[in-house]
Order: sequence, then C-alpha cells, then structure tokens
Amino acid sequence: MPKTMYDKIWDMHVVEERGNGNALLYIDRHLVHEVTSPQAFEGLRASGRTIHRTDSIIAVPDHNVPTKDRDQPNPDPMSTAQLAALDANAKEFGLDYIPMDDVRQGIVHVVGPEQGFTQPGVTLVCGDSHTSTHGAFGALAFGIGTSEIEHVLATQTLALKKSRNMRVTVTGELPVGCSAKDVALAIIGAIGTAGGTAHVIEYAGPVIESLSMEGRMTLCNMSIEAGARAGLVAPDEKTFEYLKGRPYAPKAGQWEAAVECWKALRSDEGAVFDREVVIDGSEIVPLVTWGTSPEDVVPVTASVPAISSFADRNKQEAVKKALDYMGLAEGQPITDIQVDRVFIGSCTNSRIEDLREAANVIKGRKVADNIIAAMIVPGSGLVKEQAEAEGLDKLFLDAGFEWREPGCSMCLAMNPDKAGPGEHVASTSNRNFVGRQGPGARTHLVSPAMAAAAAIAGHFVDVRNF
Amino acid sequence: MEKFTKLTATATPFPRVNVDTDIIIPAKHLKSIKRSGFGVHAFETVRYNADGSLIEDNVFDGPKYKGSKILIAGDNFGCGSSREHAPWAIADLGFRCIIAPSFADIFAGNCVKNGILTVALPQDAVDALVLAAEAGHQITVDLADQTVMCGNAHYEFDYNPAHKKMLMEGLDEIGQTLTSKAAISTYEHKEKLIMPWLYRA
Repeated sequence: MPKTMYDKIWDMHVVEERGNGNALLYIDRHLVHEVTSPQAFEGLRASGRTIHRTDSIIAVPDHNVPTKDRDQPNPDPMSTAQLAALDANAKEFGLDYIPMDDVRQGIVHVVGPEQGFTQPGVTLVCGDSHTSTHGAFGALAFGIGTSEIEHVLATQTLALKKSRNMRVTVTGELPVGCSAKDVALAIIGAIGTAGGTAHVIEYAGPVIESLSMEGRMTLCNMSIEAGARAGLVAPDEKTFEYLKGRPYAPKAGQWEAAVECWKALRSDEGAVFDREVVIDGSEIVPLVTWGTSPEDVVPVTASVPAISSFADRNKQEAVKKALDYMGLAEGQPITDIQVDRVFIGSCTNSRIEDLREAANVIKGRKVADNIIAAMIVPGSGLVKEQAEAEGLDKLFLDAGFEWREPGCSMCLAMNPDKAGPGEHVASTSNRNFVGRQGPGARTHLVSPAMAAAAAIAGHFVDVRNF
Repeated sequence: MEKFTKLTATATPFPRVNVDTDIIIPAKHLKSIKRSGFGVHAFETVRYNADGSLIEDNVFDGPKYKGSKILIAGDNFGCGSSREHAPWAIADLGFRCIIAPSFADIFAGNCVKNGILTVALPQDAVDALVLAAEAGHQITVDLADQTVMCGNAHYEFDYNPAHKKMLMEGLDEIGQTLTSKAAISTYEHKEKLIMPWLYRA
C-alpha cells in the first residue's frame, strides 16, 4: 500500500505497537533549552535515572537570554538562575552544549538545522511547540511538554498516538512581494488555528518546491499555529545541498548512503491523505493579522472585518474581545493602523534570508519618527556573523534599526525585550496572543519585508508598491 | 501521579474559544525551575487588573465557583506553546478535569501526565454544561464509563485507552517504558545499521 512520508517515518521508528494507533516511538534527536527542561533534569535526579543517549542532544539557551549588554550582569535573578540551571545540567549530564558566549548560540530551531543536527527521516523533539520548524527537512519534528522531555531523556522514546495525514498543496507561483510567511498565514487563515489538530501536515506543490530551506522552515514553523503538531516537506536537492558539510551532517563515506535513504522518504504516488487542502499560491498577497489569533488575518489591502461576518456565535464573541484588545474598529483599513514598534526575529523569521528580505526594502530610507523602536534580532550568532559579512547590520543601523544579539527576544517577551501596553507591533514572529509581546501589547504578524516597510512608513503598507 | 477515576464537583465556566497557553500562564512567569507555584499567575489577564488587584467577579476567584474542580472551556482550548506550566497552573487552581469541544494536541498530552482529564464533548453539550455550571449544579465525570452526568443529562466521550489506563492507575510512565528496555535496544541495533550517521562512534 502506498505510504505518506509521515507513515514511513512513523513506521520506521516504532519500537512497540500498542494498539489503537498507539506506539512506543524511538526519538533520534532532542533539542534542549533553558525554560522547559530544568524540571525534567530535576525529575531524573530525583528518580536516580540517567540519560539514555547523550549523543542525541544539543542544549542551547535561547528563550530567556538578553539580546544586549551581554557583558553586563543579568539584572533578573530568576533568568540568571534558569540559565545557570541549563549550564549546570548540560555539564552534569555531559551534553553537547552551546553556551551564550559561543558564536553558534541562538534559537534552537535556527541552531538545529544550522549545525546539520536536523536531518531528513529523523524523529526530533524539543520542549517547544515550534519544533515543527524542522519538518522543513523531512524530519518528523514536534514540540513536547516537560514530562515528555524527561521521558525522552530517560528512555529515548515517547508513547504516542499516530496522527492523521493531511496534505496542503500550494499551486501556481508565489507573486513578487510575498514570502513563505504569507503562505503560512494564508493557510492558517484558510483552515483556522484548529484546522490541523490531530494531523501532521505535509506541504506540497510548486510553491513549496520553489521555497528555499529558510522559507520551508518558516512555513513548517507555523504548522502549530494551524493546530498541527508537525509539518513536513519532502527532502530534495535543496535539502541535501543545505546540509552538506555541516558539523552534525553525515560525513564523507556515509553521505551517499544518507542521501539515498533520504530520497526514499517522499510520499508514494497514490498515498492517501485523510484530508487534502489546495491553495492557489498565485492568489496569495501580503497578509497582516488584526486580532489575537493567527487565524485573524487579512490582506494588507483589506480592512478589519465586521463582527457580523463571522457565522459562529463563540467566534463573534472572541472577535469582539480581540478588537477591543487591539484597539481596532470594524472596517478600519489595515494600512491606517499606525505601528509603534517593529520586531524582526524569532524562530519563524530570523534566518539570513529573512534579514536580506527586510534589508532589501530599506533602499536608503529611515525608520519613521513615530516608531519607538525597530529591532532586528538574528536567529543565531552565525546568522549575525553572516549578515555582518554582507553589510546588512550597517544597512539596518544606518536606517535606525537596532541590531541585537540572538535569542527568542520579543517573540514571547520573557527577557526585557517587550512592547508597552497599547502599542501596535509589526512582528515577524508567530503568535499574536493577548499579552504575548508584553502586557497589553498589540501584535500584528507579518513577513520580514512587510515589517521593514511598516518601520519606514510608520504604518502598514503594501510592500509590493513600496 | 495522582489517579483519576471518578469526580463529582461543581464547575467553573470559561467558554472562550482559542484560549492559548499564554492566557493560561504568560511567558514571563516561566522563569521558575520548579513545577509548583504557577497557580497564582494562572489566567492572569482574566483575573488581575494592570495594577495587580483582583478583577471583581472573575470566575476563578469569585465566591460563586469556589471549590470547583471542573473547568468548562471553549473550542481549541490550550492552543499555542507546549509549556507544561499550563496544566501545572491549572492543577494549582484545583482543577482535575477540563471539558471543551476540542483541545490542542500538545496541551491535552501534557494534561494526562499531570493527572488532569480532558473531555471533548460536542458544542451543544458544552453549552449545556456551561449553564449547569452557572447554576451551581454538580457534574459527575466517570472515566471508567467515559461518561459525564449532570442532572438528567448524560454524555459519553471518547478517550485514548492508553491514556485511560495511565490516569486510572496513576502510572509512572517512565518506569513503565523502562520495562521495554530490550525492545529499545533491539531498535537501536537495527537503526545503527541503517542510519549509522545518527550515532556517535
């Protein structure tokens, strides 16, 4: 029987079948960061258990790290304690560890691929829902909770129920001015934030094939915003080219065998998906979210929708609350929304291509006077180094942007990078939840190009004519 | 882990759709390296004013729903981040069961590990339970029978048998898995032959 890519990776990793779709699944790769892991290490110690395979793990701090003044003492004692706990646990258990002062440090979902740790056909987990990012390489990658982290550390497995198969095909050709972020938002807008619940989404079609690895990562990253725990893209020559020569990638002598193995992963002709969604990529336009759920998204050329345009009574109630929180009125044109702050970064959009996309928009112009701060936070020290080698830092600084050290930063505002109450933020991150970027902060999710354009114009603009 | 078999209690209605884990517990409160103490910050934007004072009549702190152990929630409850701090915070508030039209996958999985039962029921059943909760009626959730009872109303729900066993017996999951050590080792021998590059020599 023809199999989907998800079926293949799942079947390959079953240690024990347990009936009703449940199985004990082997986990190949584990990324660990400071926020969701301390209780798991503590659990191991308390039960006298050890780590099953230390060579399956990379630990790196990202959520809670400062993005400036790293030579100064961290003024937050709780952050300091949490970062120190990761440092101590990594050393105690002998993990591959990338400390904050290492040039490779960055957001786990940027670091994993960059180090070649993320590979096609592996099962990869991390105590972070955006682990779906790694599906861009054809890895079955998903976020887990802290109890599951402890379980993987101790056993190298997870007891899981198999998800259903869903395929999202994006046809046509993506118009100029649109990027992977717009594709992701278009899909979420179409199927809703629960549209992929209990499914793994495989992305397919010409638009997906045309995306770079960075673009595919952006797309798979936001699978979780569509409710799917994991996203997948079939590995191809771009994937192999990206991985070749990276530190954790298969070395010469094993490389050819690995590529052969990876080529066999793609879904078989005639494989059946439980759900199929087709989106016309040629129709995609730059998108902006107006509410407090990623599904609250419209074209930049459109207006804030009317509450009555939603059929569901509960959704109407939620939209009313969202508009109140966002300080927006029904029918207000998106381009009339004044922006107070700009954030270009996060595991969604902080890779070199994202920074190039943002830089391209600037064309010698300056950040508008009404912008309190426009911040660029590269996804890793290596991305930062690359951008600096290309002179992007200078371009951003000259235009009035801030150029920061790598980390999750204002995506979730755990560190001092946050927006104030009532401020509208043009953000390349993934969640526009209430209070996500600071208490009372109003997040609008956009692509890097749209965020850069908003920084210069001081309000949302259609980057296609900017 | 605390067992879950059968629970009879009053319920707190909070039927908002798409309640994300940032609403359940904001990221700024995730700096603790412990598993406890998150309840005070749970549903912060729903419970507290900007100055830190309690919002009057909020369902989590008002006298009306005091002592309730069941949360009646909206569709897609627990979407967003994988933080297990969310079920820790909910458990800290005294809830042992959440009833909603649907749950986000990672959140529901995290609940099982913490002895919290998530019950998915159709929207009209949830709507009826919201009214029952508001009227202060007792609700009985029976995991063995997979039923929810309230007055004359009676609802059946689906639940993963593997999770049911874990909750009903209060199992130590890691201890259970370690009894499969031989199978794990067999798997590794096999995988090492096919994908040796995943193993450090």
